[in-house]
Amino acid sequence: MRGRLFRDFSLFSATLAFFLLVGIFAVLFTYAQESLHTFGFDFLYTEIWEPGEDDEGGIFGGYIPILGTLMSTLIAMILATPIAMGIAIFLTEIAHAKIVKPFSIAIELLAAIPSIIYGMWGLFYFAPIVQSLFGGNGVGLLTAGIVLAIMVIPFMAAITRDSMNTTPDVLKESAYAIGATKFEVIKDVVMPYSKGGIIGSIILSLGRALGETMAVAFLIGSVMTLPGKITDPTTSIPVLLANNFAEAQDLEMSSMYYLALILFLVSFIVIALAKFYFLGRKKY
Amino acid sequence: MAKNELKKVMEVKNLFFTYPGAPEPTLKDNNLSIYENKITALIGPSGCGKSTLLRAMNRIHDLYPGFKYEGEINLFSRQSEKMENILELRKENELIGLRQRIGMIFQKPTPFPMSIYDNVAYGLRLQGIKNKGELDGMVEEALKGAAIWKEAKDRLKESAMGMSGGQQQRLCIARSVALKPEILLFDEPTSALDPISTGAIEELISELKKEITIAIVTHNMQQASRLSDYTTFMYLGDIVEFGETEKIFLNPEEKLTEDYITGRFG
Repeated sequence: MRGRLFRDFSLFSATLAFFLLVGIFAVLFTYAQESLHTFGFDFLYTEIWEPGEDDEGGIFGGYIPILGTLMSTLIAMILATPIAMGIAIFLTEIAHAKIVKPFSIAIELLAAIPSIIYGMWGLFYFAPIVQSLFGGNGVGLLTAGIVLAIMVIPFMAAITRDSMNTTPDVLKESAYAIGATKFEVIKDVVMPYSKGGIIGSIILSLGRALGETMAVAFLIGSVMTLPGKITDPTTSIPVLLANNFAEAQDLEMSSMYYLALILFLVSFIVIALAKFYFLGRKKY
Repeated sequence: MAKNELKKVMEVKNLFFTYPGAPEPTLKDNNLSIYENKITALIGPSGCGKSTLLRAMNRIHDLYPGFKYEGEINLFSRQSEKMENILELRKENELIGLRQRIGMIFQKPTPFPMSIYDNVAYGLRLQGIKNKGELDGMVEEALKGAAIWKEAKDRLKESAMGMSGGQQQRLCIARSVALKPEILLFDEPTSALDPISTGAIEELISELKKEITIAIVTHNMQQASRLSDYTTFMYLGDIVEFGETEKIFLNPEEKLTEDYITGRFG
């Protein structure tokens, strides 16, 4: 009896995840209908976001927030990946046992800081630094990208470290035993062995960076303009949604659902692609 | 040099080894000689220090900080024609050079996550051999030397992870043989394998001794008596008895050796 109950509960939990996925997609798709019918695929490369008079109609396009989302995420990933790999390699292969623990705890604590704190810190402390180094007015794509990178680094480093830690000692010893240096062991044994985990950590971080709202809202500038330079302010999908949801009506609301649908699909496709392409490939 | 004259290639002298944090040394005053083109077996109950001693011989202990060596391990150098103490090596590239001269095969097969070809070519590439033709020849020679060429030749580009355990272990031997080591250390190389694969590996080891000097740690007494020319019996970090295998097994000097060999403990 207990066993059956437990089995049913597990089954229920597992199917719940699947139905949530389908349910969310259905809701986004339904509410986005009006905008889908009005703008079609033109939505993707229209740079205008203007409600009509008296909140009736208007022209809405997602080009700028889509670009802002992809660009800030790209900047974040380019910066975060090498640093996170460096941290993970240091903690698993190089650091002395005594300092591994405090370092690991510090990194895990960093990962636990709520994003609004990163946003505030980024705006008041970090944006002026970016301004003095790279010009611009402080907030913009670059600042958002750098702070996003700082946010995902601990996360990425922790997962990568755990995955590198699973490399069997004896495999590393075999490489040393035929005359490999530490660097060669890391490059040729540890990294290929933990490839799945490394890619997994990058994908999860990518998903986090794509959807991050609070910190980016503080730092990206939240203006509906196309960035000419990397330091220019712009906006991103989650930021636009968070800022406009309270007042939007009808077509604008529907367009925001359209944007949400795009974000949902982009995240979904990124993760699915990575999963099937990298993790599904036969492991050497 | 005359055929039946024994030549020492390695000599362990008054060796003490202490693991990090251990109050007492694991190896106590070990003395042992390893002769050229002979197989020397290290036997003894679990925890007697036989693997520890083997792992000192190529300084693989050095990967983990905090250990302590005392005494000498002298290795015959073909260049200077003298015995040189390998415990005096300090620099990373000296240790790398040492490990290219003294290969090691582990308990479980440890193929690298790459193709069969690359597994064997890896050590050669590390030595700086880049020429494709030269590599091809050396890989083939090593795979033949490890009696796995027939099974591997049509699937060189495939992942080594797809081979059976016994094949993987022979591939690991090929990987070490490719570097033309002077000594090969085997750390219980067949304990994870089935009897047929074990037989193939044993045959291979007997074949290899024509070219390479061999030291092997084993739990399996029959294996030691079948394979080896010399046997070392260890107990609690001491070398109790060292001598020709036949003598150790048929007429041991120490009561402890006899008890172990006849299966009274262990």
